[in-house]
Amino acid sequence: METRVLEIRKGILNKNDEIARGLRERLHACGLLTINLVSSPGSGKTTFLERTLRSLRERGKAAAALVGDLATDNDARRLAQAGVPVRQIHTAGHCHLEAQMVADHLAGWDLAALEYLFIENVGNLVCPSSYDLGEDVRVVLLSVTEGEDKPLKYPTIFNSSDVAILAKMDLAAACEFDLGAAQANIQAVRPGMLTLTVSSKSGEGMEDWLALLAQKRMERVERR
Amino acid sequence: MHELSIAYSVVEIASESARQAGARRVNAVYLRLGALCGVARGALEFSYEIAAAGTLLEGSTLVIRELPARVYCPACQREGDLESVQHFLCPHCGAVTGDLRQGREMDVEAIEVDLPGAEPGTERREEPEREHGDAGTGDSQGNPEQER
Repeated sequence: METRVLEIRKGILNKNDEIARGLRERLHACGLLTINLVSSPGSGKTTFLERTLRSLRERGKAAAALVGDLATDNDARRLAQAGVPVRQIHTAGHCHLEAQMVADHLAGWDLAALEYLFIENVGNLVCPSSYDLGEDVRVVLLSVTEGEDKPLKYPTIFNSSDVAILAKMDLAAACEFDLGAAQANIQAVRPGMLTLTVSSKSGEGMEDWLALLAQKRMERVERR
Repeated sequence: MHELSIAYSVVEIASESARQAGARRVNAVYLRLGALCGVARGALEFSYEIAAAGTLLEGSTLVIRELPARVYCPACQREGDLESVQHFLCPHCGAVTGDLRQGREMDVEAIEVDLPGAEPGTERREEPEREHGDAGTGDSQGNPEQER
């Protein structure tokens, strides 16, 4: 017997990263802007997405959504009411989405006819942070009911995101939400992160969000 | 908790390399984890034992090297390790910086294996038998020494 050390130097999530890279190339070739929505359970991802999809449709924009869920297809049924293509990804207990699941669920869609693809991740502020889904923009939602210190408790997901959405702003006063503190905490773990305040209920902030999407999509198309 | 699926990936990567090298057993697996890689060390160590069971890695040691989050500071033009991932501040001058240079790593660096090994005097014999058609390795070396 001989004992030897073999160098490997390989990313543990190498497989997922490679699939994500291929997916990103494919989506870019179609001129799609892909958004990965992450948050804790109950922070309002589905309602926010529903409003977003509805608004995009009203403006004649072509959007579609994939929705991750551990067990149910409640969210997909809700989102389908916005009148856009929606598919449920059942993760069968997995706490996050992986690039392969996204790739598998795009089959049969005419990607070239789409402008925006939204991926609603499983509600979880830990696990999804490690998995690249081939997205262009990772958006983290934080609702006012969760408290201002969430970014400090989950720095990894906030640091790996590109945009933060402070959601349920219509409840801010009732929750005595300290907007300044929340923004400071976001900046502490991700300096320079763009932060928007929205209410999916009242529509507050939705215009800014839609303008951001339009701008990112324009950049995407120009880089094609 | 995604550490179990991370642990299975570690076992898969390590087993593949071990098999390719013809190892009988893996004694240790060396990982490096950045402070912002999103993996809880304790949960991974716990999951590792489960994932390794019944493989070449059963009973092996998981050696984890933790890498601090390192930023580049444009104000003082130096790199430095964050004191806390809750505060992206340059450790030298205190300026705010989000320019992360290290911290997301999640790699298998190396494995320590037991090879059947050369008995003294018998090394460098011609290998008469090929690995039993391991389709997975895709490394078809028909003729190891191709003379031109």
